[in-house]
Amino acid sequence: MSLKVSMKVNGKPSSAEIEERTLLVTFIREQLRLTGTHVGCDTAQCGACTVLMNGKAVKSCSIVAMQAEGADILTIEGVAKPDGTLHPMQAAFKENHGLQCGFCTPGMVMNALDFAKSHPNPTEEQVREALEGNLCRCTGYHNIVKSIMAGAKAMGGKL
Amino acid sequence: MNAPLIGARVQRKEDARFLTGVGQYTDDVTFPQQSYAAFVRSPHAHAMLKKISIDKAKAAKGVLAVYTGKDLADAKVGGLPCGWLITDVKGQPMKEPPYPSLAQGKVRHVGERVAVVIAETLDQAQDAAALVEVDYDVLPAVVDAAKARSAKPIHEIAPDNTCYVWAIGDKAATDAAFAKAAHVTKLDFINNRLIPNAIEPRSANASYSRAEDAYTLYVASQNPHVERLLMTAFVLGLPEHKVRVVAPDVGGGFGSKIYLYAEDVVVTWAARQLNRPVKWTAERSESFVSDAHGRDHVTTAELALDKDGKFLAMRVHTTANLGAYLSTFASCIPTILYATLLAGQYTTPAIYCEVTAVFTNTTPVDAYRGAGRPEATYVVERLVETAAREMKIDPAEIRRRNFIRKFPYQTPVALQYDTGDYEATLDAAMKMADVKGFESRKQQSLRNGKLRGLGYACYIEACGIAPSNVAGSLGARAGLFEAGEIRVHPTGSVTVFTGSHSHGQGHETTFAQVVAQRLGLPIEKVDIVHGDTSKVLFGMGTYGSRSIAVGGTAIVKALDKIIAKGKKIAAHLLEASEADIEYDDGVFKVAGTDKQKAFAEVAFAAYVPHNYPLDKLEPGLNENAFYDPTNFTFPAGSYVCEVEVDKETGVTQVVAFTAVDDFGKVINPMIVEGQVHGGLTQGIGQALTESCRYDASGQLLSGSFSDYAIPRASDVPLYKLDTRETPCTHNPLGVKGCGEAGAIGAPAAVMNAITDALGTRDLPMPATASTVWQAMQKAA
Repeated sequence: MSLKVSMKVNGKPSSAEIEERTLLVTFIREQLRLTGTHVGCDTAQCGACTVLMNGKAVKSCSIVAMQAEGADILTIEGVAKPDGTLHPMQAAFKENHGLQCGFCTPGMVMNALDFAKSHPNPTEEQVREALEGNLCRCTGYHNIVKSIMAGAKAMGGKL
Repeated sequence: MNAPLIGARVQRKEDARFLTGVGQYTDDVTFPQQSYAAFVRSPHAHAMLKKISIDKAKAAKGVLAVYTGKDLADAKVGGLPCGWLITDVKGQPMKEPPYPSLAQGKVRHVGERVAVVIAETLDQAQDAAALVEVDYDVLPAVVDAAKARSAKPIHEIAPDNTCYVWAIGDKAATDAAFAKAAHVTKLDFINNRLIPNAIEPRSANASYSRAEDAYTLYVASQNPHVERLLMTAFVLGLPEHKVRVVAPDVGGGFGSKIYLYAEDVVVTWAARQLNRPVKWTAERSESFVSDAHGRDHVTTAELALDKDGKFLAMRVHTTANLGAYLSTFASCIPTILYATLLAGQYTTPAIYCEVTAVFTNTTPVDAYRGAGRPEATYVVERLVETAAREMKIDPAEIRRRNFIRKFPYQTPVALQYDTGDYEATLDAAMKMADVKGFESRKQQSLRNGKLRGLGYACYIEACGIAPSNVAGSLGARAGLFEAGEIRVHPTGSVTVFTGSHSHGQGHETTFAQVVAQRLGLPIEKVDIVHGDTSKVLFGMGTYGSRSIAVGGTAIVKALDKIIAKGKKIAAHLLEASEADIEYDDGVFKVAGTDKQKAFAEVAFAAYVPHNYPLDKLEPGLNENAFYDPTNFTFPAGSYVCEVEVDKETGVTQVVAFTAVDDFGKVINPMIVEGQVHGGLTQGIGQALTESCRYDASGQLLSGSFSDYAIPRASDVPLYKLDTRETPCTHNPLGVKGCGEAGAIGAPAAVMNAITDALGTRDLPMPATASTVWQAMQKAA
């Protein structure tokens, strides 16, 4: 059965006719064609699909789009300023070489944004713990940890 | 004068698109009229296919077609080829069974493709795939390499499930050295099977133009030209100029995206049947059963030493599990890329290695980061460390007594090392790791209820496999050169086309640094293009840490031609002799004068040739080059690992890891460090967490991220890294390659540290808490 779902994505009202079983990530990637949000597994473990829903990091592969009815969704495409200036967390990933193939990166950044709001000056251990739900196969996490520590500091607790 | 770019920590050009979500990976590409494929896979490891009923699936909503092996056979679609022919000890070719794209009469591993359903939407394709009914007649399966030879035959042409028995080295000299040895260290190893798990799942999206009779395949591949060559020439029988293969942004490879896979063939073939684009993207559970796995060796290895700890000989017997079929480069991994590395960094005068490669009812095994070299390093470095402990010689000291110190050095297992300084990396690593302070750290750990251990690994690897003619004589069925093209635009900016492929390595930055520095241009004036057979002239792609050493050198050769032609043009413009023209930092100068022309002026003259020697020189400034190396490169390094083992639980944590590598000349230290971080983490994963497990019937038990533990952030430490440089002697950049080193050296270093902590002789990988705890109970 198809139904209509509406939400705000990156500040823009977005709606589509979808099936009940359509996942939020499928709505974002296939209906809205925002392909920066990635799918890396089918068991909600890799975190490549992480987006912010009403300001909280969620794995968009583990909820159906209907659950986000009326929500405010932020994807990686909406993180930089409209003029293209990188967000301090994005800039920190670039400066610290916190990405290689780039596939896990959007999920890492989105998770880091949520984490940094409550951790303006995190320890290495806190960052590693916060990354429990995000897998990376390229970087060995070393530079991701450094990126998030630097990005969080630059954010000063504010998104 | 521009600041030097080679050796600088230049931030990556590619990051902007990845950080803002506008990278383009294969699954992100969707065409008008897009259709979607879902594969029906065997749930059995070994079974005869009795009947496939596709009527219900065909009638389901949105379904465009259902194809089985019969459709491919009727269309004369060939099997997947193997790229390396190994000749066995009796001079016979290896057994090369057919590898069909969709099963023909029999399935040989869980996850083998039996049928494909193509529909208007992915949901429809997946729903209909569940309606395909397959009758199987289940056969006994074998999963263990050690049991394969006596198991039920998997392929008709290999009744004992043996692909080949192969050997290298002087057996008589080795046996004679063992006979007079003062000490022999013998160990049995299992090098655990690994599942690569790049975070981007494999994906392929093929389209067909009836008007042009031409195909375009977007595919998550490390080497699009090789994919095209294998698919057109050996499988589909298509002319190459009618097939464009694009490997756009690719989300990690680690070897698993080198190969030609059946799914790529099927969607390409189907795109023409349906005259529609056909897309398939693996679900992670499909990746686990269908991406080529790595390692899986069972080995008995012995080291003979004299009374002073000098190595006299090494004897190694390995059984290598190839899985159910021969993947693209499977046959050369446990032979050419394994046994030839058994000299390590040492002067061991006699080495003999025999390899039995077997088929089993498991997913095919091929190159995974390191590919043969981690297995060899594990054998050598575990033996060396164990021998040192048995002979009560310090493990660093026993290595020093045996280091190769004169170069070039011919090993007894075919390779000739060009250069190295093994003592330099070991000294630096021991200092950085504060080995002297280890005892006091150990005591501190004990007070906290933890056992602390320290382990070394001094690895060597061979990168940039070459030259082509030697590889050909050893069975390679492909060339091993690389191609590059420099296209200078009329106003002096530059586009570089390379046959290397970047899937995380940062070539768009590293290669641009090389080109910009050599031409004396700002790096913003240089862009790198890769991954598209319609743009790049040719390429062998990226594997074996070859990109900078082989691909980079091809670019340098093309640059040399650009500068040579530029000198001719400048000589004309400056009314000087070509011999008097020098090129330096972006300017052509007449030596000893102030007469000069900037690079952009010369480029402009080449494209607007009004004042130009048209009688002697073609207009334009565009050059390409192919480079076939004269030898491998030989990166080497010394790793020191410290672990803490919880005495109560067996939980083992890597608390410090120091890596000092010699990659020759380093172009971008930031990127090189990133490569080492990643490699080390995969190596630590092999040692501590990653274990591919099948049950006896051939079911994959570790088929998801819940059951197969790739390292998480909390599993690894911040690494301590440094480099030493002995430039490669046979390429112009002096570079060796860095992509695999970490994964090659880390497993032995970690296991040497754990066995040191526990005081046990050996322990199987991965050393999970349960394995370590059991070992502690046994010892107590």
